[in-house]
Amino acid sequence: MSTGRIGKAWAVLGTVLDPEVPALSVRDLGIVRDVVEPAEGGELEIVLTPTYSGCPATEVIEQGVLEAIAQAGIGPARVRLQRAPAWTSDWISEEGRRKLRDYGIAPPGGTAPDATVPLRFVGRREAALACPRCASTDTERLSAFGSTACKALYRCRACREPFEHFKPI
Amino acid sequence: MQPSIRVDPDPGVQYVLRIGDTCLILGQRLGEWCGHAPVLEEDIAMANMALDLVGQARALLTHAGQMRGQGYDEDQLAFLRDERDYRNLTLVELPRGDFAFTVVRNAMVAGFLRHLWAALQSSSDTELAAIAGKAIKEARYHQQHAADWIVRLGDGTGESRRRTEAALASAWLYMPEFFDSDAVDDAAAESGLGPRWADLRDAWLADMTAILDEAGLAMPAEAAFRSTGKRGVHSEHMGYVLTEMQYLQRAYPGGVW
Repeated sequence: MSTGRIGKAWAVLGTVLDPEVPALSVRDLGIVRDVVEPAEGGELEIVLTPTYSGCPATEVIEQGVLEAIAQAGIGPARVRLQRAPAWTSDWISEEGRRKLRDYGIAPPGGTAPDATVPLRFVGRREAALACPRCASTDTERLSAFGSTACKALYRCRACREPFEHFKPI
Repeated sequence: MQPSIRVDPDPGVQYVLRIGDTCLILGQRLGEWCGHAPVLEEDIAMANMALDLVGQARALLTHAGQMRGQGYDEDQLAFLRDERDYRNLTLVELPRGDFAFTVVRNAMVAGFLRHLWAALQSSSDTELAAIAGKAIKEARYHQQHAADWIVRLGDGTGESRRRTEAALASAWLYMPEFFDSDAVDDAAAESGLGPRWADLRDAWLADMTAILDEAGLAMPAEAAFRSTGKRGVHSEHMGYVLTEMQYLQRAYPGGVW
């Protein structure tokens, strides 16, 4: 990573928070795919990959990124949305996973399932998920969907607390 | 009132619209559950899936509108076409029905879309392939959710089983349309845009068989009836969906938020 404008841009992106999961920066979330230096003092190009097709936070994130770059005095900049390769929760950094846990959200465990592998509808068992509060694995899923597109709802049987899980996708 | 737009009859545009409109209209129907689902968790689930589907529709309609230099944006395509220019599968425009009908329809459509997205990942159209790479993950999650519910309802109480059987019997009438291939499919297969939908039938049936077996439900026989929404000839329900969807854009042309 360079220490020039690009290096500064990456550092600034580490301070732009996801509006729906404000424990994570957009860098922790893995949606910043590249920062491209312009030819001569032109616009920095910041390449973002959205998490979900319908994620309503995408536009707010774009705006937040541009404002932060402008405030740091390293603008002008523009955002380019890149669909492929598709975002996966595997791109959430180790640091991001730790922050999620501290925030009370169980991070995605293991690697995301390969979407082309045939589904199992019979005798399927969910992998045990550790409660982000008491670390017990005696937990159960309440709902496959949660308060945002990226989360599911769980409950810990040991400490009786409900918690959210960042879906592996 | 805002006048309607005309869409290019090119088979490639029609192929993309069939997928985009199927996502759009199912998203609209699932959104109707918001505030009405039997339990809060499912209310959230339906709204979440509607959000994914509308997001997929936005990407597809944006793409379809740019094909062949038409220059339409996603909103023009979503809100300013006449009924006959919508290309969705008829099944998705039917009223939301009860919860059993909703999960049966979701399982049928999400399973179909998952196999379609899998094939579209290698489309000759790189934008369509990129949309597929994202959407397949979402469709997979939707299919799993719907399948889990069919098993729970089919293998549940007498009442839940009765409702699920009734839902299956009525939704199944619209299944042949999924796989009824025509010139639009042939053109897509030839250009490498996407698969002929008839070729997805075996994989789709294998999924449905596994789900219904686990739920203890019999697969209905295929009816002679052929619905034709994907060719623009819709059921009597489509006009009502569009009336609600289009009201704002027709009454306040160009309104944005």
